[in-house]
Amino acid sequence: MDFGQIAVSVGFLLILIGVWGILTQKNIIKIVIGFSVFDTGLHMIMVGIGYVKGGTAPILDGAIAPGTAPINIVAGIVDPVPQALVLTAIVIGLGVTALMLAYVVRLYEDRKSLDISSYEDLKW
Amino acid sequence: MVKKLFVIIVLIGLAVFFYGMLSSFSGNETLNMSAAYYAENGAEEVGAANLVTAIVVTYRGLDTLGEVTILFLTAAIAAFFLKSKDNFSKRKVKESSELLKTASSMLVPLIFTLGIYVFVNGHLTPGGGFQGGAILASGLVLLLLSEPLQKVNSVLFAVVESISGLFYVGIGVAGIFLAGGFLDNSILPLGEFGTLLSAGALPVIYILVGLKVGSELSGLLTKFQETQEEN
Amino acid sequence: MLSLIIMISLSVLILASAILAVQTKNLVVAVIAAGLVSLMASIGYLLLAAPDVAMTEAAIGSGLSTIIFFYVLNRVRGRDNG
Repeated sequence: MDFGQIAVSVGFLLILIGVWGILTQKNIIKIVIGFSVFDTGLHMIMVGIGYVKGGTAPILDGAIAPGTAPINIVAGIVDPVPQALVLTAIVIGLGVTALMLAYVVRLYEDRKSLDISSYEDLKW
Repeated sequence: MVKKLFVIIVLIGLAVFFYGMLSSFSGNETLNMSAAYYAENGAEEVGAANLVTAIVVTYRGLDTLGEVTILFLTAAIAAFFLKSKDNFSKRKVKESSELLKTASSMLVPLIFTLGIYVFVNGHLTPGGGFQGGAILASGLVLLLLSEPLQKVNSVLFAVVESISGLFYVGIGVAGIFLAGGFLDNSILPLGEFGTLLSAGALPVIYILVGLKVGSELSGLLTKFQETQEEN
Repeated sequence: MLSLIIMISLSVLILASAILAVQTKNLVVAVIAAGLVSLMASIGYLLLAAPDVAMTEAAIGSGLSTIIFFYVLNRVRGRDNG
Protein backbone atom coordinates (compact mmCIF):
# COMPACT_ATOMS: atom_id res chain seq x y z
CA MET A 1 0.00 0.00 0.00
CA ASP A 2 1.49 3.35 -0.92
CA PHE A 3 0.05 6.79 -0.22
CA GLY A 4 -1.45 7.12 -3.67
CA GLN A 5 -3.53 3.96 -3.30
CA ILE A 6 -4.69 4.94 0.19
CA ALA A 7 -5.73 8.40 -1.01
CA VAL A 8 -7.57 6.99 -4.03
CA SER A 9 -9.49 4.46 -1.93
CA VAL A 10 -10.38 7.10 0.69
CA GLY A 11 -11.57 9.34 -2.14
CA PHE A 12 -13.80 6.61 -3.58
CA LEU A 13 -15.28 5.91 -0.13
CA LEU A 14 -15.90 9.65 0.38
CA ILE A 15 -17.76 9.78 -2.94
CA LEU A 16 -19.90 6.81 -1.86
CA ILE A 17 -20.65 8.51 1.48
CA GLY A 18 -21.50 11.74 -0.34
CA VAL A 19 -23.87 10.00 -2.77
CA TRP A 20 -25.46 8.12 0.13
CA GLY A 21 -26.09 11.44 1.90
CA ILE A 22 -27.43 13.15 -1.22
CA LEU A 23 -29.88 10.32 -1.92
CA THR A 24 -31.12 9.62 1.61
CA GLN A 25 -31.19 12.97 3.42
CA LYS A 26 -34.37 15.04 3.60
CA ASN A 27 -32.88 18.35 4.74
CA ILE A 28 -31.62 20.53 1.88
CA ILE A 29 -28.58 21.75 3.84
CA LYS A 30 -27.60 18.13 4.51
CA ILE A 31 -27.82 17.48 0.77
CA VAL A 32 -25.45 20.42 0.13
CA ILE A 33 -23.08 18.94 2.76
CA GLY A 34 -23.26 15.65 0.85
CA PHE A 35 -22.18 17.46 -2.30
CA SER A 36 -19.24 19.05 -0.51
CA VAL A 37 -18.10 15.65 0.84
CA PHE A 38 -18.40 14.27 -2.72
CA ASP A 39 -16.22 17.19 -3.88
CA THR A 40 -13.52 16.48 -1.30
CA GLY A 41 -13.49 12.82 -2.39
CA LEU A 42 -12.93 13.80 -6.02
CA HIS A 43 -10.03 16.04 -5.04
CA MET A 44 -8.42 13.27 -2.98
CA ILE A 45 -8.66 10.87 -5.92
CA MET A 46 -7.04 13.34 -8.29
CA VAL A 47 -4.15 14.17 -5.94
CA GLY A 48 -3.70 10.46 -5.16
CA ILE A 49 -3.44 9.58 -8.85
CA GLY A 50 -0.69 12.17 -9.25
CA TYR A 51 1.38 10.81 -6.36
CA VAL A 52 4.68 9.13 -7.26
CA LYS A 53 6.36 6.81 -4.76
CA GLY A 54 8.96 8.70 -2.76
CA GLY A 55 8.39 11.95 -4.64
CA THR A 56 8.68 15.43 -3.15
CA ALA A 57 6.56 18.50 -3.84
CA PRO A 58 6.99 19.88 -7.39
CA ILE A 59 8.97 22.93 -6.29
CA LEU A 60 12.47 23.28 -7.68
CA ASP A 61 14.70 24.54 -4.89
CA GLY A 62 17.40 23.23 -2.59
CA ALA A 63 16.92 19.48 -2.80
CA ILE A 64 16.18 19.51 -6.53
CA ALA A 65 18.33 22.23 -8.09
CA PRO A 66 17.46 23.30 -11.65
CA GLY A 67 21.09 23.29 -12.80
CA THR A 68 21.57 19.57 -12.22
CA ALA A 69 20.80 16.93 -14.80
CA PRO A 70 17.13 17.08 -15.81
CA ILE A 71 16.69 13.38 -15.12
CA ASN A 72 17.04 14.21 -11.41
CA ILE A 73 14.03 16.50 -11.44
CA VAL A 74 11.91 13.92 -13.21
CA ALA A 75 12.83 11.22 -10.72
CA GLY A 76 12.37 13.40 -7.66
CA ILE A 77 8.95 15.06 -7.85
CA VAL A 78 5.30 14.06 -7.92
CA ASP A 79 3.04 14.83 -10.89
CA PRO A 80 2.21 18.57 -10.82
CA VAL A 81 -0.64 18.46 -13.37
CA PRO A 82 -3.41 16.93 -11.17
CA GLN A 83 -2.38 19.31 -8.38
CA ALA A 84 -2.87 22.30 -10.68
CA LEU A 85 -6.29 20.98 -11.73
CA VAL A 86 -7.39 20.31 -8.12
CA LEU A 87 -6.24 23.80 -7.10
CA THR A 88 -8.77 25.40 -9.41
CA ALA A 89 -11.41 22.73 -8.71
CA ILE A 90 -11.41 23.56 -4.98
CA VAL A 91 -12.10 27.23 -5.69
CA ILE A 92 -14.89 26.32 -8.11
CA GLY A 93 -16.23 23.96 -5.43
CA LEU A 94 -16.60 26.88 -3.03
CA GLY A 95 -18.40 28.91 -5.71
CA VAL A 96 -20.80 26.05 -6.44
CA THR A 97 -21.46 25.44 -2.72
CA ALA A 98 -22.18 29.13 -2.22
CA LEU A 99 -24.54 29.08 -5.20
CA MET A 100 -26.42 26.05 -3.83
CA LEU A 101 -26.68 27.74 -0.42
CA ALA A 102 -28.03 30.90 -2.06
CA TYR A 103 -30.74 28.71 -3.63
CA VAL A 104 -31.40 27.23 -0.18
CA VAL A 105 -31.92 30.71 1.32
CA ARG A 106 -34.22 31.61 -1.56
CA LEU A 107 -36.26 28.40 -1.26
CA TYR A 108 -36.55 28.89 2.50
CA GLU A 109 -37.81 32.45 2.02
CA ASP A 110 -40.41 31.12 -0.37
CA ARG A 111 -41.82 28.14 1.54
CA LYS A 112 -40.38 28.44 5.09
CA SER A 113 -39.27 24.83 4.89
CA LEU A 114 -35.98 23.01 4.43
CA ASP A 115 -37.58 19.59 3.86
CA ILE A 116 -36.95 18.42 0.31
CA SER A 117 -40.24 16.51 0.27
CA SER A 118 -42.25 19.73 0.59
CA TYR A 119 -40.99 20.85 -2.82
CA GLU A 120 -43.02 18.58 -5.07
CA ASP A 121 -44.24 20.95 -7.77
CA LEU A 122 -42.54 18.99 -10.52
CA LYS A 123 -42.93 15.56 -8.96
CA TRP A 124 -44.30 12.90 -11.25
CA MET B 1 -39.46 1.04 -0.37
CA VAL B 2 -38.74 1.35 -4.10
CA LYS B 3 -36.73 4.46 -3.30
CA LYS B 4 -34.59 2.64 -0.74
CA LEU B 5 -33.99 -0.18 -3.19
CA PHE B 6 -32.97 2.40 -5.81
CA VAL B 7 -30.45 4.01 -3.40
CA ILE B 8 -28.95 0.61 -2.55
CA ILE B 9 -28.67 -0.35 -6.22
CA VAL B 10 -26.99 2.98 -7.09
CA LEU B 11 -24.51 2.65 -4.21
CA ILE B 12 -23.63 -0.98 -5.02
CA GLY B 13 -23.25 -0.13 -8.70
CA LEU B 14 -20.93 2.76 -7.92
CA ALA B 15 -18.96 0.61 -5.45
CA VAL B 16 -18.42 -2.15 -8.03
CA PHE B 17 -17.37 0.43 -10.63
CA PHE B 18 -14.95 2.10 -8.20
CA TYR B 19 -13.55 -1.25 -7.08
CA GLY B 20 -12.74 -2.05 -10.70
CA MET B 21 -10.90 1.25 -11.11
CA LEU B 22 -9.10 0.90 -7.78
CA SER B 23 -7.86 -2.63 -8.41
CA SER B 24 -6.30 -1.55 -11.71
CA PHE B 25 -4.48 1.38 -10.04
CA SER B 26 -1.26 0.28 -8.36
CA GLY B 27 0.50 3.57 -7.63
CA ASN B 28 2.95 5.38 -9.89
CA GLU B 29 6.66 4.65 -10.03
CA THR B 30 7.56 7.32 -12.58
CA LEU B 31 6.03 10.46 -14.04
CA ASN B 32 3.97 10.19 -17.22
CA MET B 33 5.11 11.90 -20.39
CA SER B 34 3.45 15.31 -20.08
CA ALA B 35 4.47 15.67 -16.44
CA ALA B 36 8.05 14.68 -17.28
CA TYR B 37 8.06 17.33 -20.03
CA TYR B 38 6.88 20.01 -17.60
CA ALA B 39 9.45 18.89 -15.01
CA GLU B 40 12.34 18.95 -17.50
CA ASN B 41 11.51 22.13 -19.37
CA GLY B 42 9.44 24.12 -16.87
CA ALA B 43 12.45 25.82 -15.32
CA GLU B 44 13.91 26.99 -18.65
CA GLU B 45 10.67 27.81 -20.48
CA VAL B 46 8.70 29.49 -17.70
CA GLY B 47 11.32 30.26 -15.06
CA ALA B 48 9.09 29.51 -12.07
CA ALA B 49 10.45 27.41 -9.21
CA ASN B 50 6.96 26.19 -8.33
CA LEU B 51 5.92 23.89 -11.18
CA VAL B 52 2.28 23.91 -10.09
CA THR B 53 2.23 27.68 -10.60
CA ALA B 54 3.93 27.29 -13.98
CA ILE B 55 1.18 24.89 -15.07
CA VAL B 56 -1.71 26.87 -13.59
CA VAL B 57 -0.66 30.24 -15.01
CA THR B 58 1.25 29.48 -18.21
CA TYR B 59 0.88 25.95 -19.61
CA ARG B 60 -2.81 25.72 -18.71
CA GLY B 61 -3.44 29.47 -18.46
CA LEU B 62 -6.61 29.34 -20.52
CA ASP B 63 -8.14 26.88 -18.03
CA THR B 64 -7.39 29.30 -15.21
CA LEU B 65 -9.04 32.14 -17.11
CA GLY B 66 -12.12 29.97 -17.59
CA GLU B 67 -12.06 28.99 -13.92
CA VAL B 68 -11.95 32.62 -12.79
CA THR B 69 -14.87 33.30 -15.12
CA ILE B 70 -16.87 30.45 -13.55
CA LEU B 71 -16.14 31.83 -10.09
CA PHE B 72 -17.32 35.26 -11.24
CA LEU B 73 -20.52 33.73 -12.65
CA THR B 74 -21.33 31.77 -9.49
CA ALA B 75 -20.67 34.85 -7.33
CA ALA B 76 -22.88 36.98 -9.58
CA ILE B 77 -25.75 34.45 -9.62
CA ALA B 78 -25.54 33.95 -5.84
CA ALA B 79 -25.62 37.73 -5.34
CA PHE B 80 -28.68 37.89 -7.59
CA PHE B 81 -30.53 35.30 -5.51
CA LEU B 82 -29.48 36.83 -2.21
CA LYS B 83 -30.67 40.32 -3.07
CA SER B 84 -32.40 41.26 0.16
CA LYS B 85 -35.68 43.09 0.15
CA ASP B 86 -35.23 44.54 3.63
CA ASN B 87 -33.32 47.73 4.15
CA PHE B 88 -29.78 47.07 5.30
CA SER B 89 -29.77 49.55 8.19
CA LYS B 90 -32.99 48.12 9.67
CA ARG B 91 -31.31 44.86 10.63
CA LYS B 92 -31.09 43.95 14.30
CA VAL B 93 -27.51 42.80 14.80
CA LYS B 94 -25.82 42.61 18.17
CA GLU B 95 -22.53 44.42 18.72
CA SER B 96 -19.63 41.98 18.98
CA SER B 97 -17.54 41.70 22.11
CA GLU B 98 -14.62 43.97 23.00
CA LEU B 99 -12.26 40.98 22.91
CA LEU B 100 -13.10 40.11 19.32
CA LYS B 101 -12.85 43.74 18.22
CA THR B 102 -9.40 44.26 19.76
CA ALA B 103 -8.05 40.95 18.52
CA SER B 104 -9.33 41.50 15.01
CA SER B 105 -7.89 45.02 14.80
CA MET B 106 -4.49 43.47 15.55
CA LEU B 107 -4.86 40.34 13.42
CA VAL B 108 -6.53 41.66 10.27
CA PRO B 109 -3.48 43.65 9.03
CA LEU B 110 -1.31 40.58 9.63
CA ILE B 111 -3.72 38.31 7.73
CA PHE B 112 -3.86 40.75 4.80
CA THR B 113 -0.06 40.96 4.75
CA LEU B 114 0.18 37.15 4.74
CA GLY B 115 -2.32 36.95 1.87
CA ILE B 116 -0.37 39.48 -0.19
CA TYR B 117 2.91 37.68 0.61
CA VAL B 118 1.41 34.37 -0.50
CA PHE B 119 0.32 35.61 -3.90
CA VAL B 120 3.40 37.75 -4.58
CA ASN B 121 5.64 34.73 -3.92
CA GLY B 122 3.39 32.31 -5.80
CA HIS B 123 6.09 31.40 -8.34
CA LEU B 124 8.71 30.56 -5.68
CA THR B 125 6.96 29.00 -2.69
CA PRO B 126 3.76 26.98 -2.24
CA GLY B 127 0.79 29.25 -2.66
CA GLY B 128 -0.33 31.74 -5.22
CA GLY B 129 -3.28 33.74 -6.39
CA PHE B 130 -6.01 31.33 -5.32
CA GLN B 131 -4.61 30.71 -1.84
CA GLY B 132 -3.71 34.37 -1.30
CA GLY B 133 -7.15 35.48 -2.44
CA ALA B 134 -8.77 33.02 -0.04
CA ILE B 135 -6.57 34.31 2.82
CA LEU B 136 -7.59 37.91 2.00
CA ALA B 137 -11.24 36.85 2.05
CA SER B 138 -10.82 35.09 5.40
CA GLY B 139 -9.29 38.30 6.83
CA LEU B 140 -12.41 40.07 5.64
CA VAL B 141 -14.53 37.43 7.43
CA LEU B 142 -12.83 38.34 10.71
CA LEU B 143 -13.55 42.00 9.99
CA LEU B 144 -17.20 41.19 9.26
CA LEU B 145 -17.52 39.17 12.46
CA SER B 146 -16.05 41.91 14.62
CA GLU B 147 -17.92 44.82 13.00
CA PRO B 148 -21.28 43.37 11.90
CA LEU B 149 -22.92 46.79 11.64
CA GLN B 150 -20.28 48.26 9.37
CA LYS B 151 -21.48 48.64 5.79
CA VAL B 152 -18.88 47.10 3.50
CA ASN B 153 -18.27 48.93 0.27
CA SER B 154 -19.12 46.29 -2.31
CA VAL B 155 -18.51 48.73 -5.18
CA LEU B 156 -14.80 48.60 -4.29
CA PHE B 157 -14.79 44.80 -4.69
CA ALA B 158 -16.54 45.08 -8.05
CA VAL B 159 -14.06 47.69 -9.28
CA VAL B 160 -10.96 45.74 -8.14
CA GLU B 161 -12.38 42.55 -9.61
CA SER B 162 -13.20 44.11 -13.00
CA ILE B 163 -9.88 45.97 -13.33
CA SER B 164 -7.80 42.90 -12.47
CA GLY B 165 -9.86 40.74 -14.85
CA LEU B 166 -9.35 43.31 -17.62
CA PHE B 167 -5.59 43.43 -17.07
CA TYR B 168 -5.46 39.62 -16.94
CA VAL B 169 -7.01 39.34 -20.38
CA GLY B 170 -4.92 42.31 -21.58
CA ILE B 171 -1.67 40.57 -20.60
CA GLY B 172 -2.93 37.42 -22.29
CA VAL B 173 -3.61 39.29 -25.54
CA ALA B 174 -0.23 41.04 -25.30
CA GLY B 175 1.29 37.55 -25.28
CA ILE B 176 -0.16 36.90 -28.76
CA PHE B 177 1.59 39.95 -30.23
CA LEU B 178 4.85 40.05 -28.25
CA ALA B 179 5.54 36.35 -27.55
CA GLY B 180 4.47 32.86 -28.48
CA GLY B 181 0.76 32.93 -27.79
CA PHE B 182 -2.15 33.79 -25.51
CA LEU B 183 -0.98 34.19 -21.87
CA ASP B 184 2.67 33.52 -22.75
CA ASN B 185 4.67 34.85 -19.82
CA SER B 186 7.84 35.71 -21.77
CA ILE B 187 6.59 39.18 -22.74
CA LEU B 188 8.77 40.33 -19.83
CA PRO B 189 12.37 39.11 -19.37
CA LEU B 190 12.53 35.80 -17.49
CA GLY B 191 15.21 37.08 -15.09
CA GLU B 192 17.32 35.03 -12.73
CA PHE B 193 15.77 31.72 -11.66
CA GLY B 194 14.54 31.68 -8.09
CA THR B 195 14.39 35.42 -7.40
CA LEU B 196 11.29 37.49 -6.74
CA LEU B 197 11.46 39.38 -10.04
CA SER B 198 11.66 36.37 -12.32
CA ALA B 199 9.47 34.22 -14.55
CA GLY B 200 8.42 37.13 -16.79
CA ALA B 201 4.78 38.13 -16.56
CA LEU B 202 3.85 35.14 -14.39
CA PRO B 203 3.97 36.93 -10.99
CA VAL B 204 1.98 39.84 -12.45
CA ILE B 205 -0.70 37.47 -13.73
CA TYR B 206 -0.85 35.58 -10.44
CA ILE B 207 -1.13 38.85 -8.46
CA LEU B 208 -4.04 39.84 -10.69
CA VAL B 209 -5.63 36.40 -10.19
CA GLY B 210 -5.15 36.82 -6.43
CA LEU B 211 -6.82 40.24 -6.39
CA LYS B 212 -9.65 38.95 -8.59
CA VAL B 213 -10.29 35.81 -6.54
CA GLY B 214 -9.97 37.73 -3.27
CA SER B 215 -12.44 40.41 -4.29
CA GLU B 216 -14.88 37.85 -5.74
CA LEU B 217 -14.87 35.75 -2.57
CA SER B 218 -15.11 38.89 -0.42
CA GLY B 219 -18.10 40.09 -2.41
CA LEU B 220 -19.74 36.68 -2.05
CA LEU B 221 -19.15 36.56 1.72
CA THR B 222 -20.41 40.13 2.13
CA LYS B 223 -23.61 39.20 0.30
CA PHE B 224 -24.16 36.26 2.65
CA GLN B 225 -23.38 38.45 5.68
CA GLU B 226 -25.92 41.05 4.56
CA THR B 227 -28.70 38.47 4.78
CA GLN B 228 -28.09 38.06 8.53
CA GLU B 229 -30.64 39.50 10.90
CA GLU B 230 -29.59 38.49 14.40
CA ASN B 231 -26.08 37.47 15.31
CA MET C 1 6.63 3.87 8.34
CA LEU C 2 5.51 6.59 10.76
CA SER C 3 4.02 8.61 7.93
CA LEU C 4 2.13 5.52 6.75
CA ILE C 5 0.55 5.15 10.20
CA ILE C 6 -0.36 8.86 10.19
CA MET C 7 -1.89 8.50 6.72
CA ILE C 8 -3.98 5.47 7.68
CA SER C 9 -5.26 7.05 10.91
CA LEU C 10 -6.04 10.25 8.98
CA SER C 11 -8.03 8.20 6.48
CA VAL C 12 -10.04 6.58 9.26
CA LEU C 13 -10.73 9.99 10.82
CA ILE C 14 -11.73 11.48 7.46
CA LEU C 15 -14.18 8.66 6.78
CA ALA C 16 -15.63 8.81 10.31
CA SER C 17 -16.18 12.59 10.09
CA ALA C 18 -17.70 12.22 6.63
CA ILE C 19 -20.22 9.66 7.89
CA LEU C 20 -20.96 11.91 10.88
CA ALA C 21 -21.40 14.92 8.56
CA VAL C 22 -23.84 13.09 6.32
CA GLN C 23 -25.87 11.20 8.91
CA THR C 24 -26.18 13.35 12.06
CA LYS C 25 -29.48 15.14 12.76
CA ASN C 26 -27.82 18.23 14.24
CA LEU C 27 -27.01 20.69 11.45
CA VAL C 28 -24.29 22.53 13.39
CA VAL C 29 -22.47 19.26 14.07
CA ALA C 30 -22.86 18.30 10.41
CA VAL C 31 -21.32 21.57 9.18
CA ILE C 32 -18.40 21.31 11.62
CA ALA C 33 -17.81 17.68 10.64
CA ALA C 34 -17.79 18.66 6.96
CA GLY C 35 -15.17 21.32 7.79
CA LEU C 36 -13.19 18.68 9.68
CA VAL C 37 -13.20 16.42 6.62
CA SER C 38 -11.62 19.25 4.62
CA LEU C 39 -9.11 20.11 7.33
CA MET C 40 -7.87 16.53 7.66
CA ALA C 41 -7.89 16.09 3.90
CA SER C 42 -5.53 19.09 3.73
CA ILE C 43 -3.10 17.30 6.07
CA GLY C 44 -3.42 14.31 3.77
CA TYR C 45 -2.50 16.47 0.77
CA LEU C 46 0.60 17.61 2.63
CA LEU C 47 1.61 13.95 3.06
CA LEU C 48 0.90 13.41 -0.64
CA ALA C 49 3.50 16.12 -1.43
CA ALA C 50 0.92 18.67 -2.58
CA PRO C 51 1.46 21.80 -0.43
CA ASP C 52 -0.35 24.10 -2.86
CA VAL C 53 -3.50 21.99 -2.72
CA ALA C 54 -3.19 21.68 1.06
CA MET C 55 -3.12 25.48 1.46
CA THR C 56 -6.12 25.94 -0.79
CA GLU C 57 -8.14 23.23 0.93
CA ALA C 58 -7.32 24.56 4.42
CA ALA C 59 -8.23 28.14 3.54
CA ILE C 60 -11.27 27.46 1.38
CA GLY C 61 -12.67 24.05 2.28
CA SER C 62 -12.48 24.34 6.03
CA GLY C 63 -12.50 28.12 6.44
CA LEU C 64 -14.65 30.00 3.97
CA SER C 65 -17.20 27.31 3.13
CA THR C 66 -17.86 26.60 6.83
CA ILE C 67 -18.47 30.32 7.37
CA ILE C 68 -20.93 30.43 4.46
CA PHE C 69 -22.75 27.37 5.84
CA PHE C 70 -23.04 29.09 9.23
CA TYR C 71 -24.35 32.32 7.70
CA VAL C 72 -27.04 30.30 5.94
CA LEU C 73 -27.85 28.26 9.08
CA ASN C 74 -28.20 31.47 11.08
CA ARG C 75 -30.41 33.00 8.42
CA VAL C 76 -32.62 29.92 8.24
CA ARG C 77 -32.86 29.39 12.00
CA GLY C 78 -33.25 33.04 13.01
CA ARG C 79 -36.71 33.21 11.48
CA ASP C 80 -37.85 29.92 13.01
CA ASN C 81 -37.12 30.77 16.62
CA GLY C 82 -37.76 34.49 16.69
